[in-house]
Amino acid sequence: MIKEYLKMIVVLTLIAMVCGFLLSAVKTFTYEKIEEQILVNVKGPALTNVLSQSSNNPINDRMEVELEGVAYTVFIGKKDKKLYAVAFESEGSGFGGKIGIMIGIDIEKSVLSGIGILTHQETPGLGSRISETSFTDRFKGKPLTGNFKVKKDSGDIDAISGATNSSRGVCAAVDTGVGIYLKLKAEILKKFEEGSEDK
Amino acid sequence: MKKSIAQEFFKGFWEVLPPFRLVLGLCPTLAITTLAENGMGMGIATTFVLFFSNIIIASLKNIIPKKVRIASYIVIIATFVVIVELVMKAYFFPISQKLGLFIPLIVVNCIILGRAEAFASKNSVIRSAADGLGVGLGFTMSLVLISSLRELLGRGTVFGVGVMWSGFEPFGFMVEAPGAFVCLGMILALINLVPKKA
Repeated sequence: MIKEYLKMIVVLTLIAMVCGFLLSAVKTFTYEKIEEQILVNVKGPALTNVLSQSSNNPINDRMEVELEGVAYTVFIGKKDKKLYAVAFESEGSGFGGKIGIMIGIDIEKSVLSGIGILTHQETPGLGSRISETSFTDRFKGKPLTGNFKVKKDSGDIDAISGATNSSRGVCAAVDTGVGIYLKLKAEILKKFEEGSEDK
Repeated sequence: MKKSIAQEFFKGFWEVLPPFRLVLGLCPTLAITTLAENGMGMGIATTFVLFFSNIIIASLKNIIPKKVRIASYIVIIATFVVIVELVMKAYFFPISQKLGLFIPLIVVNCIILGRAEAFASKNSVIRSAADGLGVGLGFTMSLVLISSLRELLGRGTVFGVGVMWSGFEPFGFMVEAPGAFVCLGMILALINLVPKKA
């Protein structure tokens, strides 16, 4: 009897262990490739949208900027070989989980050049409408000093009706993003100057 | 009478053809067959999982205690599904985006657990491999058939290539969910015209 139970435990544990090792190996092996695919297929289209006026490929011209121990990947948008806008990722909590966005900031004019939704788990048909351009365009051209909250919370952004919490999530992500940008700005400009001197 | 290895392989194309003869695995059959490409991707992913899970389960059949067999099968199947998911994300990203949630759902596809329980747990490794591959390819074939039909009628294309005459007005209905039921029903009706062996 005891032997039978022991066998069950041992066999199942062994199977689970082998499977676990196998999966972590596959995960490590495919990790970089998947990141690259996401960069090209998900972030790429979002980038061309938020940095629509750039004449370069922002995926190739990206750099790591560190702030308080956290590394941010900043995508550079150039117009006539001059830095005009940057884009990076930010996130906020929506209705169903984290909403990840790509936020583009026009450096010259200090306005948002656009945002794009990268990942979300909002309700299909309701909250998921935050990915539609009719909503993301509401952020385009807003000054960085703006109040990134939905109108219900006395902000500047019209929420999607029926999806106030999802809209709040996007606003929070934009607000965080703008905060990060204001702290990073000096560092980004410095790094960009250094980079262009090298060339 | 024992079947030959070839017979074990070919029975997956008719005798135990999953969606049409056994009427198993209908969730992916109905949900993702809007484009021939999706049907093909789903079929290949399922075949991979079925083939390897059958082999592993057949080779472990004398070690796995009877009382925890289902749990063991699920762990093994889930492992292969996650491998497929990661590999698809890494090398076939656009199609893995389209299939989305339905890739992880292969774990609960009853064809796979069905073959494990009904076949691999009682037969040799080689037989189980032939069975897994045959049933998997039969499933792929069925998905490609139903999705090509829906794509053809719903969009006028097959694998993204326009094949209908110009001026063909696609039935948008066929690529919507009800179209899947109608299409599957028609195929099942046609297949049932063939008399079953006694």
